[in-house]
Amino acid sequence: MKQRKLVVISAGLSQPSSTRLLADQLSATAVRAAAQLGVHLDVQVIELRDLAHEITDNMLTGFARTELRYAQEAVTAADALITVTPVFSASYSGLYKSFFDVLDKDALADKPVLLAATAGTARHSLVLEHALRPLFSYLRAAIIPTSVFAASDDWGADSVEGPLRGRIERAAAELAREVERREPAVVTDPFALSADFEDMLKNL
Amino acid sequence: MQFGIFSVSDITTDPTTGRTPTEAQRIKDIVTIAKHAEEVGLDVFALGEHHNEPFFSSSPTTTLAYIAAQTSTLQLSTATTLITTNDPVKIAEDFAMLQHLADGRVDLMLGRGNTGPVYPWFGKDIRAGIPLALENYALLHKLWREHVVDWQGKFRTPLQSFTSTPRPLDEIPPFVWHGSIRSPEIAEQAAYYGDGFFANHIFWPASHTQRMVQLYRQRFEHYGHGSADQAVVGLGGQVFMRKNSQDAVKEFRPYFDNAPVYGHGPSLEDFTRETPLTVGSPQQVIDRTLGFRDYVGDYQRQLFLLDHAGLPTKTVLEQLDLLGEEVVPVLRKEFAALKPAHVPDAPTHAALLAKKNAKEEVQA
Repeated sequence: MKQRKLVVISAGLSQPSSTRLLADQLSATAVRAAAQLGVHLDVQVIELRDLAHEITDNMLTGFARTELRYAQEAVTAADALITVTPVFSASYSGLYKSFFDVLDKDALADKPVLLAATAGTARHSLVLEHALRPLFSYLRAAIIPTSVFAASDDWGADSVEGPLRGRIERAAAELAREVERREPAVVTDPFALSADFEDMLKNL
Repeated sequence: MQFGIFSVSDITTDPTTGRTPTEAQRIKDIVTIAKHAEEVGLDVFALGEHHNEPFFSSSPTTTLAYIAAQTSTLQLSTATTLITTNDPVKIAEDFAMLQHLADGRVDLMLGRGNTGPVYPWFGKDIRAGIPLALENYALLHKLWREHVVDWQGKFRTPLQSFTSTPRPLDEIPPFVWHGSIRSPEIAEQAAYYGDGFFANHIFWPASHTQRMVQLYRQRFEHYGHGSADQAVVGLGGQVFMRKNSQDAVKEFRPYFDNAPVYGHGPSLEDFTRETPLTVGSPQQVIDRTLGFRDYVGDYQRQLFLLDHAGLPTKTVLEQLDLLGEEVVPVLRKEFAALKPAHVPDAPTHAALLAKKNAKEEVQA
């Protein structure tokens, strides 16, 4: 079996959080879908709540402290991401955006990313299209075609096999296929210079 | 090994009194601080360059010349001289001039400057920061070594039959340190020329500094200037001391919490853990500083940041006393005992002149 790394980013704030719930369902489904394609996904979950102070500090000091640095390294080295944000004031949460604001701008380039969001009402469902997709387009991520939105209604007992379940299955399958057909992520060493100094001078 | 202080020249309100020094006061105080550095037995005073408030130091060579006239052993340097927005011709002239006035007690540290709005004030673009640093230094290097220079580049008017005056003292260019927080290109540049590399060190975690210095050392050897452990490395550091560790923490905390660079961010404890900042007793500063060697190897210059964030001048002078009396004598002894014989000291004008004379004698 191929070994690949999946990092799940959850920006939920409460305990328990429906954002984390959706993240867990997406990752569990992705693991199953990948296994069927002969890929073992090693899953690491990052709760942004735990990093909230360090994210703000990174903005103010310009460097990531230990835990945030580990999280950034995990994201950079991941073969795929699942990210889930709650909707706050008609968009992604500030904490969620801040995490990506302090991430290296090339960290997500060509990385498969499954986008998901939660909200109290289905009226916010287009947040995926008007807020999350443009952000990840800017970051040059390989966005998975199906993104997943879950409102409070979707968590009702009568919808365990309902439309949300179907969207989760479809998105997870798309993510698994994307991971399966790709080479593992390569992390470039920022300290490894590719050019000789004389070439650098010539190519100013 | 050289020990000294570097100042960023900020004029900051003292958060404990609400008082802000005038420019006139702060400028006179920096001279007092530099002179006191020599009095307590430190080797180096380095001054920053800024072209925006709340900093005063737009003209470091003027200030350093004034300090040179009132000191006799202090090595005068910069932290940093902007190689991007300054004309390299003017840098060549200013520092050669300073060399003559200061009898050679001059070196300089080059940096790019990371304040976006400053670049256009000097007709430059921050996006070209690295190319500017590379091209401008290539010209500066030439101006100090070749009498008549013909030159054409991308960023400046071409030069035809130009001679930078005065010539460097004894035809020995000031030693150059290339300062960088995070650009491997600058470590590469320092290594290529066999110049010194100064890691800012104070804003970033040790692991980062370690990798930058490692890259510089490897490339220094690659370009044939000596073995990796003979490369010339300087480090920044940031300390606040009182005899009693708790007193230091208590007194420094409001300055830390309101500091322009990292204030209102991480706690003093977090920042102390993650960066080389040391707030405590002189012994704690000694232990921490000796530990720097574990990850950068034997190095040549240690500069401390003392006068910043609105600390009163009186306090800064007390910090200098502690450095000079209790910290640096121990560090000198300990570092010297650890350093192998083949690792060079930081080049001074006197040392470079002796080397040049010895070489000429052999040739004659």
